[in-house]
Parts: sequence; structure tokens; C-alpha cells
Amino acid sequence: MSLLSIQNLDLSIHGNPILNGVSLDLAQGEIVAITGESGSGKSLTAFSVMQLLPRGTVTTGSIKLDGQEVLNAPDPEMCKLRGNDIGMVFQEPMTALNPLKNIGDQVMETILLHTNQSRDEARKRALEVLARVGLPPESYSLSRFPHELSGGQRQRVVIAMAIALRPRLLIADEPTTALDVTTQAQILELLKDLVQDFGMGLLMITHDLAVVSDMADRIVVMRSGEVVETGVTKTLFANMQHPYTRALFAASAHEVNLPKAPEADDALLIVQDAVRDYPKPRTTLFAQREYTRAVNGISFTLHKGERIGLVGESGCGKSTLTRAILGLEPLQGGSIKAFGQEVAPDMPAALRSGLQVVFQDPYGSFNPRHKVARIITEPFHLLDNPPQGLERKNRVSDALLAVGLHPDDADKYIHAFSGGQRQRIAIARALIIRPEVIIFDEAVSALDVSIRAQILDLIAELTQTHDLSYLFISHDLSVVRTITDRVLVMKNGEIVEDGATQQVFTNPSHPYTANLIAAAPTLPDVKALSNVPA
Amino acid sequence: MRSRNLIIGGVLSALVIAAALISFLWTPYDVTQMNIPAKLQTPNGTHWLGTDHFGRDIFSMIMVGARTSIAVALVAVGIGMGVGVPLGLAAAARQGSLLDEVIMRGNDLVFAFPSLVIAILITAVFGPGAVNAIIAIGIFNIPVFARLTRGAALPLWQREFIMAARVAGKGVSRISIEHILPNVTNLLIVQGTIQFSLGILAEAGLSYVGLGAQPPLPSWGRMLADAQTMVNFAPHLALIPGGAIILTVLGLNLMGDGLRDLLDPRIRVERT
Amino acid sequence: MLRYSLKRLLSLAISLIIASLVIFLVIEVAPGDPASFMLGMNAQEDTLNALREELGLNQSKLERYLSWTFGMLQGDFGTSYTYRTPVAQMVADRLWVSLPLALYALALSTLIAFPAGIYAASRRGAPGDVAVMGATQLGVAIPNFWFAMILVLVFAINLRWFSAGGFPGWDEGLFTGLKALTLPAIALALPQAAILARVMRSSLLDILNEDFIRTARAKGLSRRQALWRHALRNALIPVLTIIGLQFSFLLAGSIIIEQVFYLPGLGRLVFQSISQRDLIVVESVVMLLVFAVIMVNFIVDLAYAFVDPRLRSRS
Repeated sequence: MSLLSIQNLDLSIHGNPILNGVSLDLAQGEIVAITGESGSGKSLTAFSVMQLLPRGTVTTGSIKLDGQEVLNAPDPEMCKLRGNDIGMVFQEPMTALNPLKNIGDQVMETILLHTNQSRDEARKRALEVLARVGLPPESYSLSRFPHELSGGQRQRVVIAMAIALRPRLLIADEPTTALDVTTQAQILELLKDLVQDFGMGLLMITHDLAVVSDMADRIVVMRSGEVVETGVTKTLFANMQHPYTRALFAASAHEVNLPKAPEADDALLIVQDAVRDYPKPRTTLFAQREYTRAVNGISFTLHKGERIGLVGESGCGKSTLTRAILGLEPLQGGSIKAFGQEVAPDMPAALRSGLQVVFQDPYGSFNPRHKVARIITEPFHLLDNPPQGLERKNRVSDALLAVGLHPDDADKYIHAFSGGQRQRIAIARALIIRPEVIIFDEAVSALDVSIRAQILDLIAELTQTHDLSYLFISHDLSVVRTITDRVLVMKNGEIVEDGATQQVFTNPSHPYTANLIAAAPTLPDVKALSNVPA
Repeated sequence: MRSRNLIIGGVLSALVIAAALISFLWTPYDVTQMNIPAKLQTPNGTHWLGTDHFGRDIFSMIMVGARTSIAVALVAVGIGMGVGVPLGLAAAARQGSLLDEVIMRGNDLVFAFPSLVIAILITAVFGPGAVNAIIAIGIFNIPVFARLTRGAALPLWQREFIMAARVAGKGVSRISIEHILPNVTNLLIVQGTIQFSLGILAEAGLSYVGLGAQPPLPSWGRMLADAQTMVNFAPHLALIPGGAIILTVLGLNLMGDGLRDLLDPRIRVERT
Repeated sequence: MLRYSLKRLLSLAISLIIASLVIFLVIEVAPGDPASFMLGMNAQEDTLNALREELGLNQSKLERYLSWTFGMLQGDFGTSYTYRTPVAQMVADRLWVSLPLALYALALSTLIAFPAGIYAASRRGAPGDVAVMGATQLGVAIPNFWFAMILVLVFAINLRWFSAGGFPGWDEGLFTGLKALTLPAIALALPQAAILARVMRSSLLDILNEDFIRTARAKGLSRRQALWRHALRNALIPVLTIIGLQFSFLLAGSIIIEQVFYLPGLGRLVFQSISQRDLIVVESVVMLLVFAVIMVNFIVDLAYAFVDPRLRSRS
């Protein structure tokens, strides 16, 4: 009998149907991954097992844990199961812990709640569990508070809480999505180990097919609240039945057709020994300001037609560098020159108009109170004689057409558009004054894979039609690999490697780069798989 | 639930405002007209809400008193918004700067002077009057709006659409007016309604202790002060102005809650 | 923790200095010469001068400010223009009424608001919540001095449980004193309790939406356990701010409430002094009130650090 059996699960919230006939099984010691894009209902499926659902949720069907029905079980009964028989790990380690309680108390709470152990016994057990998840007592005492730990360390604490009582089933909802790639690799490794050691079942939710292929014994692919395909990982990848699975896989592995960069020597952007210090928050009126060095002596040059990638993990200083290049914040040392002139917060509008940017968040990068036309013409502010009347209208139409939208969209408000369309609007805003250089700041990181593939194609297409040179900043190696000619690898405010993209990826010279590449999960080679008999 | 708050609150507020406006043109009786023989009547056909110890018509006094309350509270909110919002915008635009520090410390300092204390100081120097009440309540409103505006503006400055505006070469003040202000307006409307109701309570309190509107200008607070010695044999003198204050404040608060739910359910109103 | 406290202490000192400057300057602007006010219209010029000398009115503004502030530091608040007695003594007597009243009201307000707020939050949307919220909506709208009049009408005049006003003094015993302050304290506390209960509820509901509450539920805590063990302490942070602010409202409010109950507190002293143009008394009482408010905010700041470990370790 399977450990977890979900049969025909229907779920609606306030009358809106979300899940439709979801069924899946999970055996002891097995790792099953539910994957799909946003809106597929994968997380709600997981939360249904915990019976931790939003208000107004109605469910029908059956969810059995070792034969015991948990769907719509009374809460006191579920409280006995949660933490004891089912553990759960969440997506956001930064907010998953109570900021006011130390980690020891939080881990011990699980133990004290479900067993009759004394506080001393519970403390001993908590120390063991924390050591097991990689937080040994020598360096991580129980009296530490969450804010003293990094994201990866907090995720380990959450895992410790979830496995403290060796539950039969562990549920992990996008457990590594908020983490850096090297931390992700460690956490995934830990989860795999724990499953093996404890013989638990692991139900894992992730949008990342590469993670799935590394981890899961079996895969469940979901779309719009339905299971479209399910099977043993290798077999499923070797023999994808459903067109959606194939499309998802293709989008994840998507490589754009980047036209060859033109040979040119004109340096558009020269960054020379750039130093950027960040003031720490002022604590009192008269205290001496303290600074952290976020960018420490960075130099590189962007030539006309070049497409440079800048990769690094969070906190490496890439966002700070971006803001300096855009002339939003002053440098404390070195210089940045664009088109021969110094970039600084007070630089002339004409210089600014040569540098435009596309940001990450398709939901945060527009004033919700403005219409599309007003949004994308905002850079006209930089022109001495901004186009008026018909010319302005034509420029707006051209920009919208260039990014694959319709000229009529100019009169709509931003909330009428999906995430992918919004990112097209952001690109239109950057294009409209025909800048020499565009900075893509994590421009596809918030998008689902299929949308991401489309936007990447659009960027590749625009390099041809609009003569684009760009700096593409991302934490995602697979994206940088396909969309750039040259790549800079950044760590702790410094560039540790600079080389042609293919060269760096196939033969990295710096150990950090090698680490990053090794840590990044990769999609299976479908062709190789199909030769394996199912 | 949502629209119910808004409707009840809106109707109550509209009634009070209408009474105040109509009082400019017409009141059942002249509020300065004493009529000792008709004194201390309980509500009846000729005097709908009765008469006071001088025989003045209470309904007329309530109407004119509404005028005083609304005028004082409205101007005080205007002062608070007019000064506080620009200060808050400026502080947020230059977060962490000396300007921000000075504005915020100044705010903390003003918070140490409850409006009654400010009124006491002003009255000690210039003598009592409705204008002093306005200034006292207005000054106290400044830090309320400055803090609220700064608090709401700070996260906006981190949003990417503000970065985009800066990349488009727009300056700090232009961004504050074009992008920040419209995005905090809902919040200001809601808080403005709440401060308006608090202003009416404060005006009543100041008039009650003689620091607000002076005779012969009728005001709800002074009607209550007059009623105090007679409350045992003419309770309607206290109940009616008190009821007027409660209904007005209740109406404005309900409207504020309703507006908040309507405009943005995420807005948190500080009520202090 | 120590550095945090020291910093708060420094900003407390700065606030006090600026506040004293503001008060001093405002009173300075006041028209009229206290000496001629005290001696009447027909006083001789040399008598006036002698009095000015005695009161220190002939000194420069700076000297007067410094002697005022340093005097206060040593407990010397100057001499009343009207009564020719030390202001410190007058104020101290009155403070023994006003301060206990404000604290009494604060205690009542907290005692009512916490259970009400927690109850409403734990039953969000249920009839109990709706009833509590409706009551607080009404409570917020009631002017405290009007409520005081109604309390007098019901409990003093009709039921005769309490006296309608006056204060027998603490010499009559703690119970008698507290009994005399009970109606005023209730009048002050109820509207504030309504506000505090609303803040408590909304703060709790905010926290109950946080991720770490879901984590706590995933451990097997019931909704109630999660509220008590994880949400309450987190919700306390905004509630503390409001309690701090409320103290200043209660202190100011007590000035008004004293009028209703004929209590010999700071309020009575202040209104008397204003009408007698005894500005030095007004100045001292206002400074004292502001001092109390700033002190309470300082204590609230320290309380934050007690509740929140992030503040303890930062700085």
C-alpha cells in the first residue's frame, strides 16, 4: 500500500475551481515531484495533504496517509499528524521562522508538542537534529535567533523542525527556489540523504524541471489544476506523452538563436576600477557613518554590438553595480564612462538616454495608475524635443509592435496584462528612445519557463532589428549561457572570471565559476535517455 | 459588510455636513435669542430638541455647533496634510539623510506635545479662541501625516517603477509628485477621514475646558460644559450634544473604514 | 542592548533640551510683564524693579533659560507669580492626583483591550468578533468628558455608588483614594481601550497571516496554540507603540476629566494659572507633561528591545 494516496481531489476557493480530479501516489522512501508553471495548483495540492488551506476552500475526493483519510479530517486530528507524521518545508526561509524565538525553542517545540519528553531530552534531540541537517552545536547554538542566520541556514532549521520526529512523509514546497544555486545544491543533497536515512516519503513541489530530474523517482506534471502526465522520472523524460510536458521541457531547455555579434571596436561602456560603498543605516544623529564595500574595483568594457552576461549569487554586488552603471548612485572610486562621457547621478539627459534598463519584476516596474502609453513614453523626458502628436503616437505604436504587442494596447492600464506581456512593455519602454545600451536586470527571472523562452527569443530578435548591445544581469546560468557572447562572473564585489560565454561554461578557469556550474541542476539529455529501454 | 460601513458612515457624515451648511441660511430659531420663560424644555413640537437654560433652541445650536466643529476639524486636517505630506515626501525621498533625520526627530518631538498641551501653551500666550484650537489640533496633525506619508513612500521608492522614472532622468521632486503622491492618495484620504473625526473630538474637548470656541459662537463642547451643572435635572442638555458628537465621529470613522475597504484593503489606519 | 539603551538615552536628552527650548520661547513671547501683573496697575517703578530683580526678569533670555532648566534639574521650578510659593511644591501636590489617574486609566485600558482584541482576532468574522468590533467602533467615537458626565449621572447621582467629584487625598487611605479616582479612570480608559483593542486585533490578524504561523501550524500547533505561542508576542510590537502614545493622551485627557470631577490635579492648576497669568506655573506644568511623555516613549523603546531580539543585537 502506498504511503500517500490522493484520489480525485477537487478543490475550489470561494467557488472558483482550482484543482480538478488530481490523483497521485507516493510510496515509502520514494521521492515524488509535482511540477508545473504558476497557477498549475501544485502548491495547493501539497497544502491539501497538510489540510492547511486558505479560508473559503472546499475540497472533495480523498487523501489517505497509510490508509487514514486526512481530507476534511477535524483539526485536532490533523494537529496530531502534522509535525509528527507529516513534516513540511516551505519556500521562503526568510519568513518561515518566528523572528522573536530562538532556533532551539522552535525546534524543541515540535518535539515537546508530540511527545512526553522533558525539556532536557527535547533539547538533546534538537541538538542532534540540527547537527544532522548541517548546523552543528559548536557553531550554531540553540540560542541563536533566525535573523542571525543566512537563508540557507534558516532553511536547514525549518527542515530540522520538520524531521525532528522522523515523520513518515515530508512535503517540500519549492524548498530551494529562494536560495542561491550553490545553497540549493546543498539543500537538495540534504533532503535526498534524509529520505534515504529515515525511509521517509518526500513529496516535492518545484517549477524547475532540472531540479526534478536530479531528485525525483517519479514526476507528476500539472497544468491548470489537472495532472497531465505522471511517470517514473527517466521513462517520462525519455518518452513524453503529453504535448504540454514536451512544451515545458522544450521551454526549459530553450536556446535562442542569437545572431553573431558584429565585429566592432567602439567601446560604448567602460567600467574602470569601479568602487561602490554602501552606507549602513544611520543609527544615531551624530554617529560616524559606517560603510560596506559592495563593489570592489570592477573593470570591464562593453563594445558596440556586444552582449555581456553578469552572473553571481545574491549579495555579490551585481545590483549595486547596475545602479551605478545607470547613473543612479555615485561611485566612491574609479570611473564609469558611457560613449566617452562620465556616468554620474547628475549626468546630462542626453547621456542618460543612451542607457536604458529592463527590471525583473513585471508587477513592480510600472506605476499602476498610468496607462501603457504614458509608461513607455516616460524616457521621452530625456529628450530636448520630445515627439508630439502623431509622431509620438507612431513611436508608441512602433515600440509596441517591436515587442509583439498591439498599438491599441497603448490605452490600457497595466493590470490588464499578464506577466510576460508586462515584461514586453518594459522592453518597449527601454527601446522607445533608441538607446545604445540596454541593461537587463534579472529581466526574465520572475517568469515561468514558457514565457521566459518567448522573452529570450524576443531579445535575440531585437538584437538583430535594433542593433542592440546589452548587459544581461542574472543569477540563472542557463539563461546567460544562451543569450550572451561574453560573461563576467562576480563574487563578493569582484569579477573573478571574464571570458567568452561558451569558453567559460565548458572550461571555467576560476574554481568559483566551476563550483557554480557544477551546482546548477541540469536537464537530462533526452536523446541519451530514449536509448535506455523503459 | 464593506459597503454597509460606507453607506451608514456616508449618510451620517452627510447629515451633519448638511446641517452645518443649512445653518448658514436657516435655523429654526436664532441661536443668540434668549427666551428665559421657555427655558429647559425637553424635546417637543415647537423645540424639536428642547431648550437650554437661557431658553435657546437646542436644535438650532446643534446645527450651528456642527459648523464650528467641522470648520475647526477640517482646517486642522488641512494644516496637518498641507505641512505633513510634503515633509513626509521629502523625508522619504532622501531617506537616511540629515533632512530625513531632522524631519523625523522633529515629528517625535511634536508627538510629545499632545494637542491639549499645545492649546494650553497657545492660550496662555494669546488667550483662548477657535483659531487657537485649529492651530493646536493642526500642529498635532502634522507628524501624523508626515509619518504616514513617509512610511508609505519608503517602500514605493524601492519599487522598480521609481527606478525606471529615475533612469528616465526625472528628479526627486518630480518623482515624488508624479509617482509617489498618487500612490499614497488613498491612504491619505482614509487617514484624513479618521483625523477629521479625531479633530471633532479634540475640538469638543478644548471647547469644553474653555480653550476653544468662545461665546457667543455655539459649539458642542461648550454646550456640554454648560450642561454639566444641570445634568441631574436636565439630562437632555448633555445627552443631545454628546449624541451629536458621537454620531458624527462614528459616521466619519465608519466612512473611513468603508473607504479603506473600497480603495485598498491592505491599508492600515493608525488611530491614536 | 547596552548600546541601544545608551543611544535611546542620548536621543531622550536631546528631545528634552529642544522641548524645553520650545516651551521657554513660546512663554517668552507672551505679552505683559509678570511684575506689573502681580503688583497691580498702580505699583511704583522702583518696587516693580525690585520684584523683577527678585524674579530674575532683568536677566538676559539665555541666563533665564539656563537658570530655569538648571533649576528644574535640581527640583527648583521657580516661584509662583500669584501665590509667591515654590512651583515645585504646588506641582508635586497636584501630580499625586494626575499621575495615579493616568496610570490607573492605562492599566484599565490595557486590561480591557488585550482580552477583547485577542478574543476578536481569534474569532475573526464570527458574531463575537462583530460584537466586539461594533462596541469598539462606538467606544472610539465617545468623548471621554461626556462619558464622564454620564457616569456621574448614573453612578454618583442616581445610584450613589461613588461621589460625584472631589478628591479626599491619599491620607484617607489607598482604597478611598482609588475609589475617588475610579469613575474618572473609567471615563478616560474606555475610549482608549476601544482603540487599543482594535490595534491589538488588527495587529494579531496581520501576524496570523505571516509565514511563520503556517510553519507553526505545520508543526502540529492548533490555531489557538499558534496564536498564543507565536502571534501574540509579535503582535505586541505595534501595540506597545500605541500604549506609549496613549499615555500622553491619558495624561492630557486627565486634565479635561479633572474638570468634570473637580479633582485637584494638574489640569485645575493649569487653568487657574492661565486665568491668573501665572505663566511660570504653566511653563513648568507643560514641561512636566512633555517630560512624562518623552520618558514613557523611552520606556517603550526599551520594551521593544526586550520583545524583539533583532533590536538587541543590531547596533
